[in-house]
Amino acid sequence: MLEFIVSKYNFWIYIILMMIGFYAMIAKHNLVKKIIGMNIFQTAIILFFVSTAYKKGGATLPILLNPHGHGHGAAETVVAVSQYINPLPHVLMLTAIVVMVATLGVALAIVIMIYRKYGTLNEDEIIKAMK
Amino acid sequence: MEQAPVLVVVIPLMCALLSPLVGWVKKEYCYPWAILTLAASTICAVITLKTVIHTGVIHYYLGSWLPPWGIEYVVDHLNGMMLVLISGTALLVAVYSKRSVEQELPDKIVYFYTVFLLQVTGFLGIVITGDVFNLYVFLEIASLAGYALIAIGEEGAPLASFRYVVLGTVGACFYLLAVGYLYVVTGSLNMADLAKLLPALYGSKVVLVAFAFFLVGIALKMALFPLHIWLPDAYTKAPSTASALLAPLMTKVAIYVMLRIMFTVFQPSFSIEILPVTKIMLWIGIIAIFAGAIMALAQVDFKRMLCYIIVAEVGYMVGGVGVANAVAIKGTILHILNDVVMTVGLFTVAGIITYKMKHHNLTDFQAMFKKMPLTMAAFVVVALSIIGVPPLCGFFSKWYLIQGAAMAGSWVFVVALLFSSLVNVILFFRIFEVGYGFRSSADSHGHGHGGSVVIEEAPLSMLIPTMIVALFIILIGLYNQPIIANIIQFAVPKL
Repeated sequence: MLEFIVSKYNFWIYIILMMIGFYAMIAKHNLVKKIIGMNIFQTAIILFFVSTAYKKGGATLPILLNPHGHGHGAAETVVAVSQYINPLPHVLMLTAIVVMVATLGVALAIVIMIYRKYGTLNEDEIIKAMK
Repeated sequence: MEQAPVLVVVIPLMCALLSPLVGWVKKEYCYPWAILTLAASTICAVITLKTVIHTGVIHYYLGSWLPPWGIEYVVDHLNGMMLVLISGTALLVAVYSKRSVEQELPDKIVYFYTVFLLQVTGFLGIVITGDVFNLYVFLEIASLAGYALIAIGEEGAPLASFRYVVLGTVGACFYLLAVGYLYVVTGSLNMADLAKLLPALYGSKVVLVAFAFFLVGIALKMALFPLHIWLPDAYTKAPSTASALLAPLMTKVAIYVMLRIMFTVFQPSFSIEILPVTKIMLWIGIIAIFAGAIMALAQVDFKRMLCYIIVAEVGYMVGGVGVANAVAIKGTILHILNDVVMTVGLFTVAGIITYKMKHHNLTDFQAMFKKMPLTMAAFVVVALSIIGVPPLCGFFSKWYLIQGAAMAGSWVFVVALLFSSLVNVILFFRIFEVGYGFRSSADSHGHGHGGSVVIEEAPLSMLIPTMIVALFIILIGLYNQPIIANIIQFAVPKL
């Protein structure tokens, strides 16, 4: 059991982070804390994607050695698949990070609108003020 | 026009980015700019649909990168129809928007049209793409634009939008996780490629979890019953034009994604036989119909009532997929078409009422039949279609749904559909009654006396799109057979 947890610790961390974010989104009354929870939730997914790309046993980053052919003698060589970390999840996460930043920006802009109108960030007080 | 499929998306995207420049020259130019853009996009969508009907499925490779590696756009009959529907609806709403935006958002016209075009780009992209990750990106473009459009609405809109942000993001995250799970086991993101690789892995728990995450994520985006709580507030408080664009399209686009995932990425046999998911969907659909209809009865705000009707309509379509036979799914796809047209009609009328009366309560319909006979004529057509009166389009999709449910023996679903029709009768005849001024409500102080009311029709830019929608409801009803024979029957998955 312990070995099962330890050997896949990155996935456990992703689930724990996700639940922390989920908890914050549900339980916190402060809107900014909700946004922080939302961000933790999204970041957990980045951790998941990046850890799926990882290979044990000293896999490295470049796919091509000598990609630009420094010196005419050095031909570019493709590294064997088992020897490099899958770059695609990282690329996907670059896009996802952009999406997350945009979401964060929109969410914060909305919170600023709310704060200017009601002068508070507490959800209960805002709902009270709306009635 | 080989490039038509990509132009459908690229034109609104580029024009949205240029829109602030156009607005910087003169802010009045933004309105014709949006109309021109969407007209061009609609033309490309129509060309694409015509090509699909004549020559079959179109594959467009972006940058000529071949499918499993590059992103491809695939247009078949289902999303060809969706493209025309989305761009056409957006065009009508854009024409309609002028007076309403000038009244409600006088200092935000430029940014409104920019975000409006981005929103349409998002919808079109979701529908056209053949790549699951690309779909996620477009889903977020559409959602982000939607959050912004909702937040600039009336009192209380920012909080409604904030809740939508949180729930919508959770939905998108579940979708992204599902994409990740599928990528882990297949190493592919292309829908057609996934469809080829997945059948060998159907026993895998990872695939089952991915499927569940897909459905949960999409259910949040489409406001399926227990996850619908963000919808009524958001669409009630959004500016009239924004809700006329968002309310019909966001939920229907999400239903399209659900159909895509269930029947293209996964095979129908997996979605229907290996997992009992369609049974669950059938029951959730039934509950959504009852809950939506009953909640709609309790509302005094017209737009909020419409929102609960949408919740019930989502139940129709999810239940239709849950019935899981060809007739019911044909009904579901036809209902996507009909429901977009009908919901646009309802929300454009709501926008006109808001424009004239500054509110959108049911009591604002007082004596409306005398004040705005043409608008109300269009409203009657839309309402009768939602109820399901025969020559109008709403009848036919409901008929197929009931027929399919009866064939599958799901009588509760039949009862739910009939119940919802009856509730719609009550909902709309209640409004007709107020509209004719038979019942003077307490706070109107007897303004409803017939003779003294002057005809004040809605401005033409709002009236004409509403009339066109009503016309389309009649036309789709009359020509539903050619539509099914040429488009929808090819879109139904082979069960």
